Amino acid sequence: MQGLIDRLTALLSDGTVARVIGWKKGDMAYNPEPHMFETAESLKDFVYDGFCGANLSKMMIEASKLEGKTAVCLKPCDTYSFNQLIREHRVVRENAYIIGVGCRGKLDIEKIKKGNKGITSISGTELDGSDDIKIETIYGDKNISYKDALLDRCHVCKGKDHMIFDEVWGESKDTADQERFAEVEKIEAMTPEEKFAFFRNELSKCIRCNACRNVCPACSCRKCIFDNTKFDAQQKANVVSFEERMFHIIRAFHVAGRCTDCGECSRVCPEGIPLHLFNRKFIKDIDKFYGEFQAGKDPEAQSPLTDFTFEDIEPGERG
Amino acid sequence: MQRIGVFVCHCGTNIAATVDVKKVVELVRFEPGVVFADDYMYMCSEAGQEKIIAAIKEHDLTGLVICSCSPRMHEKTFRACAEKAGLNPYMVEVANIREQCSWIHKDREEATEKAVILARAAIAKVNLNTPLQEGESPVTKRALIIGGGIAGIQTALDIADAGYEVDIVEREPSIGGRMSQFDKTFPTLDCASCILTPKMVEVNQHPNITLYTYSEVEGVSGYVGNFDVKIRKKARSVDMSACTGCGECQAKCPLGKMGKIPSEFDRGLRTRPAIYMPFAQAVPAVPVIDRENCTYFKTGKCGVCAKICPSKAVNYEQEDEIVTVKYGAIVVATGFDIINLDKFGEYAYNESPDVITSIELERLMNASGPTGGHLERMSDHKQPKDIVFIQCVGSRCDDEKGKPYCSKVCCMYTAKHAMLIKDHWPDTNITVFYIDVRTPGKNFDEFYRRAVEQYHVNYVKGQVGKVIPQPDGSLLVQGVDLLDNKQIMKKTDMVVLAAAVEPNKGVRKIATMLTASIDNNDFLTEAHAKLRPVESPTAGIFLSGMAQGPKDIPETVSQAGAAAVKVVGLLAKDKLKTNPCTAKCDPMFCNGCSTCANVCPYGAITYEDQQVRGPGVNETRRVAVVNNALCQGCGACTSACPSGAMDLQGFSNRQITTEVDSICR
Amino acid sequence: MSMNEEKTEFRPLIVAFCCNWCSYAGADLAGSSRLSYPADVKIIRVPCSGRVNPMFILRAFERGADGVIICGCHPGDCHYSTGNYYARRRMTLLFSMLDYMGVENGRTRVEWCSAAEGVKFSNTMNEFCEKVKSLGKSVRLGDIRCKD
Repeated sequence: MQGLIDRLTALLSDGTVARVIGWKKGDMAYNPEPHMFETAESLKDFVYDGFCGANLSKMMIEASKLEGKTAVCLKPCDTYSFNQLIREHRVVRENAYIIGVGCRGKLDIEKIKKGNKGITSISGTELDGSDDIKIETIYGDKNISYKDALLDRCHVCKGKDHMIFDEVWGESKDTADQERFAEVEKIEAMTPEEKFAFFRNELSKCIRCNACRNVCPACSCRKCIFDNTKFDAQQKANVVSFEERMFHIIRAFHVAGRCTDCGECSRVCPEGIPLHLFNRKFIKDIDKFYGEFQAGKDPEAQSPLTDFTFEDIEPGERG
Repeated sequence: MQRIGVFVCHCGTNIAATVDVKKVVELVRFEPGVVFADDYMYMCSEAGQEKIIAAIKEHDLTGLVICSCSPRMHEKTFRACAEKAGLNPYMVEVANIREQCSWIHKDREEATEKAVILARAAIAKVNLNTPLQEGESPVTKRALIIGGGIAGIQTALDIADAGYEVDIVEREPSIGGRMSQFDKTFPTLDCASCILTPKMVEVNQHPNITLYTYSEVEGVSGYVGNFDVKIRKKARSVDMSACTGCGECQAKCPLGKMGKIPSEFDRGLRTRPAIYMPFAQAVPAVPVIDRENCTYFKTGKCGVCAKICPSKAVNYEQEDEIVTVKYGAIVVATGFDIINLDKFGEYAYNESPDVITSIELERLMNASGPTGGHLERMSDHKQPKDIVFIQCVGSRCDDEKGKPYCSKVCCMYTAKHAMLIKDHWPDTNITVFYIDVRTPGKNFDEFYRRAVEQYHVNYVKGQVGKVIPQPDGSLLVQGVDLLDNKQIMKKTDMVVLAAAVEPNKGVRKIATMLTASIDNNDFLTEAHAKLRPVESPTAGIFLSGMAQGPKDIPETVSQAGAAAVKVVGLLAKDKLKTNPCTAKCDPMFCNGCSTCANVCPYGAITYEDQQVRGPGVNETRRVAVVNNALCQGCGACTSACPSGAMDLQGFSNRQITTEVDSICR
Repeated sequence: MSMNEEKTEFRPLIVAFCCNWCSYAGADLAGSSRLSYPADVKIIRVPCSGRVNPMFILRAFERGADGVIICGCHPGDCHYSTGNYYARRRMTLLFSMLDYMGVENGRTRVEWCSAAEGVKFSNTMNEFCEKVKSLGKSVRLGDIRCKD
C-alpha cells in the first residue's frame, strides 16, 4: 500500500494530476470511505485494503468537470462502470488518470462479524496479505479465511483485467467460484405467487433511503426521473405514489443494458435487500435473447436496448 | 384548470343504438374540468359543428372532447372546427366510441359503461393538453415514380404536364411494363403497343421527365416534401449518349444464335442475345449487356459488340452509379406479375409446352412476338384446333397455394383472347372453364356476351381437376360442368391458364424503404380504402396501378391520373405544415447520454452545449436538441430516455399516464 | 349471505396500447367490420409501439390492470421504420421481468397487427381476454412494497 501512496504522491507533486480520488481511513478498520485528496500531505490518510469495496468511478462525473486531471483508483470491476460513463458522455476520459488497482476480492464485514463479537481490530486484509485475516476481539484472537469473508458479488467476479487504465498497481485475482445466475434461476423456478411473495417480502424492507440510487454508477442522471413530476399526472403528493411503489423495478429497467453488475446497490443497502437480483435478471435475459453482453467492456458497443436485429425473438411465452 | 366541453355524437343510430348517449352526457358532466356536455345526432355535420362553435364561445371552453367515430376519421374535422372558434386545434381529443365501442359491443349497458370510460380518459388527457403550433417545412418540387409501366408513365405525364419535374425509376432496360407485352386490349380491341408506344415516346421526350431505366431505388430517407432517394443506375455497359440504337450489336452477338438465354420479355418463348433491347420499341432504344450471360464478362474473350459498334458506345468498364436526388413526393407504380405455377401441378404447366399462361398467349398472338403473331403450339408448331381456357388459376383460392382475391382482369382478357382467335381462325373450338364470369365495367358485359353469342365460345361453369398430356401430343382435360352436373373428359390441343396476378416481387423491399404499409398479399395499403385510395398512410407516398390492387388498364390510367393530381396538389405548395406533435427535451433533466439519438430514425436529435439554469444549477451542459422539421413524432426517444427528459408533445408521458389511470380507475 | 352465492363473472381489466398507423387502424377496421371482442379491452392510442414507455405498463399493473397488450405495425412495416423493433426488445425484457416478479407472461402480450387485419385484431383481443380471464385477478403490483 505504501508503494501506491508513494506513486500517488509523485503524481500529485509533479503536476500530472491535480487531485486523487481514493479511500480514506475510517473510524473503524472496516469502514474506509471514498475521498478526494487534494494535497500530498493528506495522502497520509489514504488506505487501500480488503474493505475498499466502494466503486469510485461515479465520483469522476463531478471530478472530470474540474480543472486539471484527477487520479482515480479503480478496481477491475470498477473500470466497467467507468467505460459505461464514457459511453454516456458523463465523464471526460482526458481528465482522468486511471490507476488500475489490484484486487483479490473485497470483504463483507457482516460475514466477519457473524460469530465474532467485540471486534477490536482486523488485520491482514491488504492486497499482499495472507490467505487468512487476523481478527482481535475482546474475547481473544482468531483467524478466518479471506475467501470465506468475500462479498457475495466477488464470487461471481468478472475477471482480473482492468478494462481501462493509465497504469496498473498491484496484482489482481479472479475470485469467481459461483454460478452468476444461480440465484436468478432459483426465483425463476418459483410459482407466480411465490415470486411475488419473495419480492414483496424483500422490497417491503425498503426505507427509500436512496443509497442504492446514489451509489449506482449507472444511476448517473443529473436529475433523477423520480424527482420528475412528468410521469405522475397527480403530481407527487403522498408516499403511495407510483414512483414510490415501483421504485426498484423502474430503476432496474432504467439501468438495463447499462448496469455492469458491480453489485454496489446490494452492498450499500442498509436493509440487506438483494437488489442485484433485478439487474442480474435483465443481464441474464439480455445474454440469452441477444447474445452475451457485458456493459462497460467496450465503450463503443451499442447497448442492447438501443439496438435490434430483424430476427429478434418475440416477447412473452411465444418467443 | 381547463374548461372542457364534451360532445357526444349519436352518429345516427351507429352509436346511439348501442350506447346510451344521454347517459354518457350525464355521467361525464361531473368529470374534473368539464363545464359543458351535450349530444347531437351528427356531430361532424355543419349543424353539429355550429353547436360546438357556439358552445366554445358561450362557455368560454379551453378544451374539447368529442365522443364519436375514430379520430382517424374526424379528428381533423373537429380540430378545424375548434380553430374556427378561436381555440387551438390541439386542444381537441376524440374518444372513439363507435369503431372501438358501439360497433363491436352488443350489450347496451356494457357499451355505455365503456363509452363513459373512454370519454373519461379523453377528458383526463385534455386536462393536460397544451396549445401546439404547427411548424413549416419546404417542399422539393420534384416527384419520383417507381415503376415505368402504364401506371407510372401516365402518372409521370400528368405531373409533368402540370409543370413539375418527374423522374421515373424502372428496373428493366426499357419502360413499358406489362402492357408492352400485350397484343390487344379490352374492351375495344385496339392494339396495346399502338396506344402505349406514343406515350412511351412522349415520356422520353418530355422536358420535365427524366428516365432512370435499368435502375433501382436503393434507399429512401426524409419525409413528405423532403425525400432523399438513392438510385442505383446499374451499369448498362453501353454509353447512352453515344448509342444510336441501330441494333447491330444484338444482331451480331454470338450468343444470340446459340439460343441459350430466354427472353424475359417473351416469357421464355424465344431467346435473346447477351446484349439486347427487350423489344423493338424499347424506350430508351439503347441495349444493355446482360453481364451474367455475356461471354466477355464471363471469360474475358469475345468483345464482338464493342468491335462492331459503329458509334463505339459499348463500354465494358462502365460501373454502377449511385445518384441521390431530392423529391417532394413519391409514387409507387411497381405493377404486377403472375404467380408462379409450381404449386399447380394438376394443370401440367411445367410438363407440357402446350399448357401456357395467358400472358404467354399474348406474346404468341402478337405480331412482334416469337411466332410473328401466328398462333401455334410450342411443341410441334401446329396451329391448335381446340383450346381450353382455365379461369381462376390461383385466384379466389382458399388455401395457401394461391391468392384469396379475384385478379379482376382474367374474365375480360379471356373473352378477348377467345374472340381474337375466333376472328383469325374461325373454326377453332374454344372452351372456357370458369367459376363465375365477372364483367362489371363499361361495355364489359356486352363484350363478354359477344364472345358467347356471336363467337359461340363454349363457357363451362366448373373447374378443371387435371390436365394430362397424352402420348399423341394432345392434352386430356378432366373437368366438371356444374350446371349440367356431369364430368367432362376432353381432348384439346392447347390449355391456357388465367394465372392469378400478384404484386411485383420487389415491392416489399420498396415499401419497407418508404415505410409505406403493405397488406397480407403485398399490395400497398391505401390511407383510406374508399376516401383516400391513391395515397399511402405515409405522407408523401402515392399509389398507382396494380401495386395497390388488381385492376385493368382503364382503371390503372384513371388511378394514375388521380395519383398525379394528389402529387401536383402537394408540389404546388411552397411550404407544408409540420406535425407539432414532436419530441421536446427538458435540458434540466437531460444527461446528454446520446441514448435518444441512437434510436431516432430521422437523425432529428443533435447535441449542443447549453447554459442550463435552474434551482441549484448553473452550468454549461451537453444536452439533446430536437430538430422539429425532422422529428416525425414517433416518440422512440421518449421511451429510451432514462431520465425522462425527452417528452412527446400531444402524447406526453403525463397524458398517457393519466389515460392509463382513468381506465384503471 | 348464502342467498348471494351466484358468482359474478370475473371481468378482467385490460389496457391495450395501439399504434396510430397500423393496429389502431386495425381496431377501427375490426369495428367497421363489426367483429366483436370483449368490452374489457380499452384502447389507448399512441403514435408508435416504440412510444410505449415501460412506465405506462407498470402504471397499469400498479393501478390494478389484469392484462396489458401492445399492438404495433408488423416488423418491417413500422410507420417510423424502426420503432417496433425497439419496442420488441424493450417489451421482451419488461415482460420477462414482470413474470419474474409474479405477473405471469400470459398477462402481457405484444401483437403485430396491420391496418388491414381487422380480423386478426378482433381474434387477438378475444384470445387475450380469454387468457387473462383464465389467469384470474392479477397480483396488485402496487402492493409490492407493502407487507401483508
